[in-house]
Amino acid sequence: MRRNVLPGLPLSLGVTLFYVGLIVVLPLAALVFKAASLGPEDYWRIVSSSRALASYRVTVLSALGATVFNLFFGLALAWVLTRYRFPGWRIVDAMVDLPFALPTAVAGIALTALFTTNGWFGSILGDLGIKVAYTPLGIMIAMCFTSLPFIVRTVQPVLEDLDPALEEAAQSLGGSDWAIFRKVILPLLTPALLAGVSLSFARALGEFGAIIFIAGNQPMSTEITALLIFIRLEEYDYQAAAAIASVLLLTAFFMLALTNWMQSRALRYTARG
Amino acid sequence: MSTPATRREPPRVGDQPLFRRLLIGVVLVLGAFLILAPLIIIGVEAFAKGWAVYRDTITHPDTRHAIMLTVLAALVAVPVNTVFGIAAAWAITKFDFWGKRFLLVVIEIPFSVSPIVAGVAYLFVYGLQGIFGPVLDEYGVKILFAIPGIILASMFVTAPFVARELIPLMQAQGRDLEEAATSLGASGWRTFFSVTLPNIKWALLYGVVLCNARVMGEFGAVSVVSGNIRGQTNTLPLHIELLYHDYQAAGAFASASILALIAVFTIIAKVALERQGAGRIRRPALAANTAEKTS
Repeated sequence: MRRNVLPGLPLSLGVTLFYVGLIVVLPLAALVFKAASLGPEDYWRIVSSSRALASYRVTVLSALGATVFNLFFGLALAWVLTRYRFPGWRIVDAMVDLPFALPTAVAGIALTALFTTNGWFGSILGDLGIKVAYTPLGIMIAMCFTSLPFIVRTVQPVLEDLDPALEEAAQSLGGSDWAIFRKVILPLLTPALLAGVSLSFARALGEFGAIIFIAGNQPMSTEITALLIFIRLEEYDYQAAAAIASVLLLTAFFMLALTNWMQSRALRYTARG
Repeated sequence: MSTPATRREPPRVGDQPLFRRLLIGVVLVLGAFLILAPLIIIGVEAFAKGWAVYRDTITHPDTRHAIMLTVLAALVAVPVNTVFGIAAAWAITKFDFWGKRFLLVVIEIPFSVSPIVAGVAYLFVYGLQGIFGPVLDEYGVKILFAIPGIILASMFVTAPFVARELIPLMQAQGRDLEEAATSLGASGWRTFFSVTLPNIKWALLYGVVLCNARVMGEFGAVSVVSGNIRGQTNTLPLHIELLYHDYQAAGAFASASILALIAVFTIIAKVALERQGAGRIRRPALAANTAEKTS
């Protein structure tokens, strides 16, 4: 390591550690402390209550459904945006970020208006016998909306950097397009896809604002975990709120570790190639 | 490999006209349903009861107060997070110290934590059941269910926004220019303002724009700590929820149209800044540069 001549380490690192400590670490530590103060028996009773378990189930299943949909739609969108040029592609490219820029509450009421029984989509789907608003399907659609950009934006740069020579080589060997996609392109995209999937899934698990308007919020069927925490708070049951929030927090840490691991793996993969 | 301009590019995978048209069609239709339709319906519903109702909602004292509070939260949280982002990027990219990678992960935590969890966490610091709550209450300091709580929760949610734009860029730019400036006798501040800042200004602005959009739109974390007092601690997103549950859908959508407009401007600003090169160095580059030991 070379000697560093630049000034400002104490100040910049001091500000950083103080701010991260006060704004990020202290509140999360307080939450963990509160949950831990419950004792193992009470904690387990709360986090494994049937209503909590039902909320995990609907949250995780909807998040899985939304992530699978986004995996295909996000990949197709990234592919179209990098490979094909058509009038207005720049606008489509910019619009992909709308779910990031649009406040979740706004997205929530907009999606609900679209999918209620007399909404634009809800009335058509209703005729087909599909009910979206106030069902788990509605939760899934809200999650699809908020997490879509993650997969597009992680896959897009990798697709852009893909060396055309690899495809040309495979074509000259007589591979069909589908075979080349499956055996050459897809393996190169897999690390980015996995990273995007884990980001998208993590976001879906914690989403609140976009979901509560469209979900119906019936205990045991359409009540997501984030909402259950909120309800426990409104009942002044702070211990239960802390315990269930700690479950979401631990899941978030797990997803963060998984994403970091996948990204570093993705990197090693591209560095080799 | 030098390709003469006259040579036709060979068709790449997926370039057959039929497949190409089909895929573009499917993607555009799905995108219109999932992304464009929500944006359109906000406008349609906002004006569903006519221009007069729209104007009355926007100019209603509660709505105006919610707008003011949202702007106030942004005016405090965005500059503070900008200073933090610059400090964090300077420390992390210009120096080597023990625990740097861990610090990077900690800075990113707010991205993966549910906003509701963030709100609850703040309750256990500043609430009556929390660490400082009882002491603060004794001295009559109100943080939760008041404006400071809203600002703190917004800061948590957006803490990484500026830092994550600056760190990969400053990592890629290295330390040579700053080292040259200081070795020629420039002070640290002078080095930062005349050497570093001009090189990072677009990325900085990019982070600020995204940070601002998120602060103004934050709902979950703020709804836990605000107490939802109409005309007092309601930010614009909370005001939308209140109107919506009051069966004033037109009013809710009218208020939502303000935030939707901010979102559209955010995207336009984002595209404009990307043309200046901001946001181009993406996350994998960050990890690549931290993994690479400075020689």
